[in-house]
Amino acid sequence: MKYSYFPGCSLETVARSYDASARLTAEKLGIELIELDDWNCCGATAYFHIDEILAHTLCARNLAMSELAGLDVVAPCSGCYKNMRATSSHLMKDPELREHINTALKEDGLEFKGLRRVLHLADIFTEEVGFANIRSRVVTALNGLRVAPYYGCQILRPALGREEVENPDFLENLVAATGAQPVDYPLKTRCCGGSLIMTRNPVALKMVKNLLKCATDQGADLIVTTCPLCQVNLECYQSQINRKYGTNFSVPALYFTQLLGVALGIPASDLLIGSEMEPALGLLKGYVSEALCNRP
Amino acid sequence: MPEKYTFQKEVANLMGPLDGNPIDVCIQCGTCSASCPAVEYMDYSPRQIIAMIRADLKDKVLNSDTIWCCASCYNCLVRCPKDIKITQMMYALKRYCIWKNSYREGAIGPDFSRRFVKIVVKTGKSYEPGLAPAFMFKYGMRGILDNVTMGMSLFGKKRISMLPKTVKRVENFRRVLNRIIPVGVKE
Repeated sequence: MKYSYFPGCSLETVARSYDASARLTAEKLGIELIELDDWNCCGATAYFHIDEILAHTLCARNLAMSELAGLDVVAPCSGCYKNMRATSSHLMKDPELREHINTALKEDGLEFKGLRRVLHLADIFTEEVGFANIRSRVVTALNGLRVAPYYGCQILRPALGREEVENPDFLENLVAATGAQPVDYPLKTRCCGGSLIMTRNPVALKMVKNLLKCATDQGADLIVTTCPLCQVNLECYQSQINRKYGTNFSVPALYFTQLLGVALGIPASDLLIGSEMEPALGLLKGYVSEALCNRP
Repeated sequence: MPEKYTFQKEVANLMGPLDGNPIDVCIQCGTCSASCPAVEYMDYSPRQIIAMIRADLKDKVLNSDTIWCCASCYNCLVRCPKDIKITQMMYALKRYCIWKNSYREGAIGPDFSRRFVKIVVKTGKSYEPGLAPAFMFKYGMRGILDNVTMGMSLFGKKRISMLPKTVKRVENFRRVLNRIIPVGVKE
C-alpha cells in the first residue's frame, strides 16, 4: 500500500506529533507514505473567505503533483482533506474552471486531471488496513483505558453520506482495536469551534467546554482526534476554560495515531507523546513498559 | 425598465450554480438553526439570514454577526431537507463582505483571512505567528496575556517555528497564482 502523503502546514509545527506518529504507525502497518514533493498550503477556511478560484488553485496544484506521482493522496488534517476533496469534485463538475486553473498550473509544469482519490489518513487505517489486521498486530493492549473518540467536522462533513455523518463508528472501532474502551458520548461529531478560537474566542471556548464536559461526564480518561485544529482547541485551552467557567478539566487529547502507536509498541517518545499541554504520559504509564516511556 | 437586481439574486450568483439548490427553495423549517453549534451567539439564526436575504434586507445581513460566527462545521448543510448549501452561502457572504469592505465593526474574521492569504500568496504555506496580530490585542489585557502564555508554552514544546516556511518552487508557485489574478508579482 503506497500513498502520496500531504502533511499540511500544521503538521510541521503545532501538530508535529501527528506527523511523527502518522509516519511511524503507517510504517509499522506496512503502509508506504511518500511525502508529496513541494506541497503548498490547502487554503484552510480563510482562503475561501477571500477568493474561491485561488483557493481551488492551491488545492489543484497539490492534487496535480499527486497525479504526477501516480498515487492517491492522503491528508491527516481534516481541513486539508475537506478542501482537496471539494476542489477535486468541483473541478470535475466545471471543465471551464478546470481548464483555466490548468493554464495557470502550466507555470509549474503541472496539470490536474482528476485521476486520483483524496483520502483522510484515518481511511487508510480503517478501510485499507482494517480493524482485525490492526488488532492482530497490537503488542500492548490498552485494556481499561477509557478513550473518547472525537470526530469533529470536516472528516465527516460534507463528504460522507447521511447515515455515516450522523453516527459514525470507525473511530470507536479503531480505539477498540487497541484494546482500549471507546467512550460513547453524544457530542462526538459536534464542532470544536475551529478557527473561531482566534476570531471569536468566547464562542469557541464555550463550544470546547461543552465537548470536554460531555466526554468527561461519560468517564473519558483521554480524547483522540483526527485533526490538528481539534487537538489544539480541545487541549490547549483547558486552563482558560477552567478559569472562565470554574471547571476542573485536565484531560489529554492525543492524535489517534499516537494511541495506535503505543498499542503497536512504538516508543512513546518517538510518537512525541509529551509534546501535549495536558500530559498523557501518566495515563499511559500503566500500559507501556518504562523503556517505551522515555520523555522526548 | 430593467428588473431590480435583488440581494437574493446577488447571493444566488455568489454561490454558483454547481452545488445544491438556490435559497429560493428554502421552506424555513429551521433545521439549520437547530443544528448550528454557534447559533446562541448569532444575532440572527441561519434560517433568519435566509429569510432576510429573501426580504432584501441587504445591509442587515452584511452587518450581522452571524456570518462571522460560522465555524464551517457543515452541520446545517448535511441536514438541510431542501439541499441548500448553507455553509457555502456563509462563505459567499464572507467573501462579499470582504470584497465590499462592508462588515460589522470589530469583526476579527476579515483581517484574519486577509493576513492568512497574504502569507500564503507570498510563501505557499501558512504561518500561525503571522496571524496573531489579527486577534491577539482584541480580547483585552487578559487576552494578550493568555496569547503570550500560549505562544510561549507552544514554543517550549517546539510546536511553533520561529520562521515561516516556504515552498521550494516559490517563483513557479507565485506565477501560478498570478495567472489567475495578475497582481503583485513581478514577471
